[in-house]
Amino acid sequence: MLRQIEGSRAVAEAVALCRPEVVCAYPISPQTHIIEGVGVMVKSGRLSPCEFVNVESEFAAMSVSIGASAMGARAYTATASQGLLFMTEVVYNAAGLGLPIVMTVANRAIGAPINIWNDHSDAMSVRDSGWLQLFAETNQHALDLHIQAFRLAEELSVPVMVCMDGFVLTHAFERVDVPSQEEVDAWLPSFEPRQVLDPDNPVSIGAMVGPEAFTEVRYLAHVRQLQALVRIPELAAEFETAFGRGIGGLVSPYRLEGAETVVVALGSVLGTIKDAADALRDEGIPIGVLGITTFRPFPAEAIAEALEGARQVVVVEKAFSIGGHGILGADVSLATTGRGPSVYNVIAGLGGRPITEDSLRRMMLQGIERSLPPLSFLDLDSGLVERELDRMESERRSGPSAENLLRDVGTVPARAS
Amino acid sequence: MDDQQVKFYQVGSFAVGNRLLDGGKHTVQADRARSNSLTSGHRACQGCGEALGARYALDAAMRATEGRLIAANATGCLEVFSTPYPETSWQIPWLHSLFGNAPAIATGMAAALKVKGRSDIRVVSQAGDGGTVDIGFGCLSGMFERNDDVLFICYDNEAYMNTGVQRSGATPPAARTATTEAVGAEPGNVFGQGKNMPLLAVAHEIPYVATATVAELHDLERKVEKAMSFRGARYIHILVPCPLGWGSATSDTVRLARLACETGVFPLFEAENGEITATSKIRHQVPVEEYLRPQGRYKHLFTPTPRPEILKKIQQLADRNIARFGLLAGSDEAELVGAEGS
Repeated sequence: MLRQIEGSRAVAEAVALCRPEVVCAYPISPQTHIIEGVGVMVKSGRLSPCEFVNVESEFAAMSVSIGASAMGARAYTATASQGLLFMTEVVYNAAGLGLPIVMTVANRAIGAPINIWNDHSDAMSVRDSGWLQLFAETNQHALDLHIQAFRLAEELSVPVMVCMDGFVLTHAFERVDVPSQEEVDAWLPSFEPRQVLDPDNPVSIGAMVGPEAFTEVRYLAHVRQLQALVRIPELAAEFETAFGRGIGGLVSPYRLEGAETVVVALGSVLGTIKDAADALRDEGIPIGVLGITTFRPFPAEAIAEALEGARQVVVVEKAFSIGGHGILGADVSLATTGRGPSVYNVIAGLGGRPITEDSLRRMMLQGIERSLPPLSFLDLDSGLVERELDRMESERRSGPSAENLLRDVGTVPARAS
Repeated sequence: MDDQQVKFYQVGSFAVGNRLLDGGKHTVQADRARSNSLTSGHRACQGCGEALGARYALDAAMRATEGRLIAANATGCLEVFSTPYPETSWQIPWLHSLFGNAPAIATGMAAALKVKGRSDIRVVSQAGDGGTVDIGFGCLSGMFERNDDVLFICYDNEAYMNTGVQRSGATPPAARTATTEAVGAEPGNVFGQGKNMPLLAVAHEIPYVATATVAELHDLERKVEKAMSFRGARYIHILVPCPLGWGSATSDTVRLARLACETGVFPLFEAENGEITATSKIRHQVPVEEYLRPQGRYKHLFTPTPRPEILKKIQQLADRNIARFGLLAGSDEAELVGAEGS
C-alpha cells in the first residue's frame, strides 16, 4: 500500500511486519522515531507476542538483544552515533557469537564536537565487527532492506546493520510502498536458530577460544560474509519477484554505459549525485554513478566489474580515517588495483554539511579533467582552518579549537539544511 | 533405592551437620540426585570459594525450578575456569557474553522466555564482584529497576582475582591488592570507599535481596530457593573467600566465610520489596583480628609493625554492622527502618 510517511515510520512498519519478538529501545537522535514507532505498535498489542524493553543504555540494548537471540527470539534494536560507539563491545560480541540480530543505524556524526547531524562515521567505526552492513538510498530502500535483513541474518546466522542517513532519510516524509503482512509472512519464514539455550539440550555458548582455534573461528566469520556476497543478490532477486521492486543487492549501477567517469557513493547522497550526473550526461559527458548497497561484505568483484571501462573514479564519502584516507575510497582503490581507473577520494557532508548539486558538479568536472587530488574535502572552508592554525602557531594557550572556529563563523541563523 | 548415608564432620562451629537432621531437611548438596550444574573437573584453584558458591547456589536453583534453568555469566574467574572448551563444566544451558553485561543478557533471555510463553524456565545471571559492583553496575541497576524476572548472583571475593588481584569497588579497607599495595602511610585499600551492593539492591525495592556465604550451606540454599519463589528481579550476594587473592590457606575458605559473619564484617540478611525482613544472628561473636590474621592481604596490619589503630577502625566497621543490622542474639531490633529481626 502506498503511504506518505516519515522514513522512521516506514522502518518501524517494516520491522513490525517482520514480527520481532524482543525489541530494545534506548533513545538517541536521529533514531528515536523508529523505536517510538515500534514501541507504540508493541504496546497496542498489534505485535503480540513481543517484548519491548526500555533499557538503560545502548550497551544494554545490544546485550538484551544477544540474550533474546540466544533464546531463539527474533531481536531488533536501533541506534546511531555515540550510541553505536557505546555498544561497540557488544556489537562485536553479537557478531562473534553469530547471533542474527537486526539493527538500524540512523547514521550520524561522532563527537567531539557533539553533532547530531548526518555522516557515516558511526557505521564506518564498526565496519570490521563482523556485521553485514547495508546502506539505504531512499526510504523505500530502507523499508525493503529491513525485510531482507531479517531473512539474510537468520539464514546465515550473522547480524545485519541497516544504515540510513539520519534526518535526511529518517525524518523525511516520502511516498513508500508498504507491503502487506501476508506478503511479508510469505517471504520471511519464522526464525529457526542455529544455536539456542534449551534446558532439554543444554549447551555452553561463549567459551574461551585460544590460539588453537581462534583464527579458524574468525576465518569462518569471513566465510559467512563471503556466503552473504552470493546470497544478497539472490535474495534481492527473490524480493523483486515477490514484491515487484528491485531493491537490495550488492551495488546499484546508474548510467554506466560508456561512462569514462564514475562517481561511487553510499546512501542518500546518491540522489543528488545522480541529478548532477544527469545534467552532465545531457551535456554529452559520459559519466555514471555506482551506488554501494552492501558495504560489508565488501563487493570488490562486483565493483571492479561495474567500473570496468571507467578511466576515473570519484569516491564521495561521508567519513574518513583521520590521518589516513577515505574508508570507502581505500576499499574501492583496492578493488580496482591493476584494473585501470584512477581513484579520487572526496570527503563530503561531514556532520550534516549539505552536499549541493553545484559542488558535486564542480567536483565531477575536476574528476573528468583528472585534476582532483587523491584526497580532498568538498566545500572545505580553508580560511577558517588557516585562522585557527595561525592562532595555534602564535599562542600556546589558544583554547579549544571547535569553539574558536564557531566564534570565527559567528552566529548562524537556524535554517533547513 | 535408599539414600546413601552421607557423613559430615563437625567443624568446630555451631553448624548442624546433615546427619543430625531428618532426611527431608538435608541440603540439596547432600542429595545424590543434585544436578551438579557446575560439575567437577573445572580448573578453579584449590579451595576456591566461588566454585563452591556457584555449585551450591545453582544446584539449589535447579531443584527449585525442577531443572529448568538458564544461566548468563559475566567474564571472570567463574567463566574462565569453567569453560576451557571442550571441557565445559556447565550442565545447564549457559551463555557468556562480556564482562559488564551479564544482567542485560539475562534480561533478554527473560524477555524471550516471556514471548515464548515459557514461564517454567527461569533465568539466573552471575558475576564476580567486579562484574557486579563495578563494570556491570549500570546493567544490573537497569535490570533491577525494570524488575526483570532474573535472579542475579554476585560471588564476592572482594577484588579482581582473575586478572591478578586488583582492587574493586567491593574491596574492603586496608586489604592489600595489586593496585592497593601494602605500602605508604595508608597501606592497602583506603578507608571510606567502596559500595555496599546488597543495600543498593535493597534500595531498588526489588522483590528479594539476600546475603549469604559458603559457610552456611543450609542458609544459602534456603535463600536461593526462596529467591526462586518470587517473580521479578532478585539479588543474592554470596561472600566467597579466595585463597589466591586473600593469601589464605586453601583449607580455610569455609572457616573465613564463617568468621566474616561472626565478626560482623559480613552481615547476613534478607530483604523484600525494600524492607529488611530477616537477619542472621551472630551466635558466637569474635573480634575482627581473628578473621584478619589468617589472611595474607592483611599481613601488613600485624608485621613487621603491628597496626592496632587500623585493626580498631576495622573493628568499628564490624561493630557498626552489628548495631545497624541487629546482629547480636538478644538485639531484637535493627537500626534499619523496617527491620524485623529473625
